[in-house]
Amino acid sequence: MRLELGYLFIEDVQFGEETKLENKTLYVNKDELVNLIKEDEHFEKVDLELARPGESIRITPVKDVVEPRVKVEGPGGVFPGMISKVDTVGSGKTNVLKGCAVVTAGKIVGFQEGIIDMTGPGADYTPFSKLNNVVLVCEPKEGLKQHEHERALRMAGFKAATYLGEVAKNLTPDEVEIFETEPMLESINKYPELPKVAYVQMLQSQGLLHDTYVYGVDAKESLPTIIYPTEIMDGAIVSGNCVSACDKNTTYHHLNNPVVKDLFAKHGKELNFIGVIITNENVYLADKERSSNWTAKLAEFLGLDGVLVSQEGFGNPDTDLIMNCKKIEQKGIKTVIITDEYAGRDGASQSLADADPLANAVVTGGNANEVITLPPMDKIIGDTSYVDTIAGGFDGSLKEDGSIVVELQAITGATNELGFNKLTAKGY
Amino acid sequence: MAKIKAVHYINQFFAGIGGEEKADYKPEVREGIVGPGMAINAGFKGEAEIVATIICGDSYFNENIEEAKSEIIEMVKKYDPDIFIAGPAFNAGRYGVACGTIADAVHKELGIPVLTGMYVENPGADMFKKSVYIVSTKNSAAGMRNAVKQMVPLALKLAKGEEIESPEEEGYIARGVRKNYFAEKRGSERAVDMLLKKLKGEEFVTEFPMPDFDRVEPEAAIKDMSKAKIALVTSGGIVPKGNPDHIESSSASKYGKYDIEGIKDLTKETHETAHGGYDPVYANEDPDRVLPVDVLRDLEKEGKIGSLHRYFYTTVGNGTAVASAKAFAEKIAKELLSDGVNAVILTST
Repeated sequence: MRLELGYLFIEDVQFGEETKLENKTLYVNKDELVNLIKEDEHFEKVDLELARPGESIRITPVKDVVEPRVKVEGPGGVFPGMISKVDTVGSGKTNVLKGCAVVTAGKIVGFQEGIIDMTGPGADYTPFSKLNNVVLVCEPKEGLKQHEHERALRMAGFKAATYLGEVAKNLTPDEVEIFETEPMLESINKYPELPKVAYVQMLQSQGLLHDTYVYGVDAKESLPTIIYPTEIMDGAIVSGNCVSACDKNTTYHHLNNPVVKDLFAKHGKELNFIGVIITNENVYLADKERSSNWTAKLAEFLGLDGVLVSQEGFGNPDTDLIMNCKKIEQKGIKTVIITDEYAGRDGASQSLADADPLANAVVTGGNANEVITLPPMDKIIGDTSYVDTIAGGFDGSLKEDGSIVVELQAITGATNELGFNKLTAKGY
Repeated sequence: MAKIKAVHYINQFFAGIGGEEKADYKPEVREGIVGPGMAINAGFKGEAEIVATIICGDSYFNENIEEAKSEIIEMVKKYDPDIFIAGPAFNAGRYGVACGTIADAVHKELGIPVLTGMYVENPGADMFKKSVYIVSTKNSAAGMRNAVKQMVPLALKLAKGEEIESPEEEGYIARGVRKNYFAEKRGSERAVDMLLKKLKGEEFVTEFPMPDFDRVEPEAAIKDMSKAKIALVTSGGIVPKGNPDHIESSSASKYGKYDIEGIKDLTKETHETAHGGYDPVYANEDPDRVLPVDVLRDLEKEGKIGSLHRYFYTTVGNGTAVASAKAFAEKIAKELLSDGVNAVILTST
């Protein structure tokens, strides 16, 4: 399967009479987009704001971040099973608005929405401070249940990203990257001397606002399976969850999965990137056992030499992570796992909820409990009144002058477990 | 910058006063340098100076901890030093505990930087490595030269308030503290590099060494439940409506203890969840789903259990540090024991 990603670089975003891309500036017709989102009867009010890198803006509570894309050639469309039909994606050509994103915000859904600061110390911890953001602020109708609210906001993000992506349908990209995965046997014949490596991606599926969708299927209702890496790059997996902001994989993370990219970078040179096994993080022990057995079984079946496992969330999914690692290692396949830590505000507590000596190769996205002070910003998009109660916030987090003292946990994408960031931790 | 002032603490043995027979030697301060202080002072090369040495017998210290601590702190205070150095104690157990205790106390009471040194298996190391920088030494005084070589630069850094690097770089015993920093490469690339090394059988360094897990053996089962007093404890965040003690939705810093005397059923009017890690709709509609007071009242009425304890304990398990959870549990368990509770039903989310 061969996918061409065409990047159109966005260096600024502005409101305009027509939604278009011109001279690296994305112009957005505000009314048109607001009206599109308002078609959803669950919203009382929808507003649109812009936030650019370096501006003194704080966006909170943030639910999802989505990169605008459009299918240019080949089967399927963006966000299959959500916006487009479920045709297989991952081949042909897709154009990407690189350097911008749709951010969904507004009244809190659960307790686990996050903060994006566009400047200051907080901006260093979130990758989304570097993007030109089109922020949807959606207020739900009175009495809407959380899961309905989550769904409405999730779909609003995809709709907006699809709408914006359309501007690039007939444009020539500034840069093109090609990714290809061959059928397994061909790939093995082509690189007989290279170690066979796959990526085991654990999808957040604890339920109750912690869900991930694959071609529209709720991951908790699926068994582990195999997927082409280019399908992930083409939008097959999307976020539908409200797990702590720091280590939830937004849809943007899925579309730009760094493990997929970095394995492709070494493919055919130092390793043979066979494909991706996706598995879930369900809460019942039987589900955990079954899924980790299945993952190890698939890894063995594929004849792998090495596996990279990434996690999403923390606490309960730590057990899935360790089970996957242990069972795959027991098949004689080398593993590296990517996680993050909850070592307490002082860093002195135990970092994970589960451990095993076989997990001897760990990459960490840092300690999510570490506390940071975010200075006041000139402009707030959304509402900071939830800061005391979001995950990572505490009584008195929000100061009178508008500054915020929170754990990194509250910053969207801060300790990402796909290895999206440079942040890490070491022992002292 | 003025010359850095150091105060040094040693025991009766290293002061040349005597061995075990002199271990009850009371704290004494001498202006200037005694015993191993010579080597340390020479190592400072004029940048710092030991202005006083405090000598105390190991038995005296360990048998009169409170008095010894306050006497010594008074002595230290008089010299207003920039750094307090104790030992090194090598593998001498009581000396190591004394060095750790007094260094910790000086740091806490006077707020000045402190440093000691000992062998990693010295009981004082485990007791104080979290709060005091302890240079890792050999197990006998034969390692004095090496110990001094490590302690001198670290003492100077601490005195100057400079940033302390990792245990490997500075030579101290790991304190078990995790600190964030920005690496040169992103995590996914570091992971791919690590996997390639592991596949080739090359040496690689994990970013998080797996901890030893604290596994608890379950107690024996209760034989006669009809006489047992049962308590409900939850990490599912059920609290009286309005969360009166403001238990955090995640990374909880406290737990709550609430009276359920006379309550037969938790309802959406009386209780709710403070937990931020799951969709609260079902828990809020009927909090018994997380904290089953209703069922236990039925069992109580039917005589299947002796009684339901008058209080339930609750916290939020969402990202709450294990150390916090352990501290909560220690307090809760103590109270449950003194209230005569025989068994606990521990619910999560």
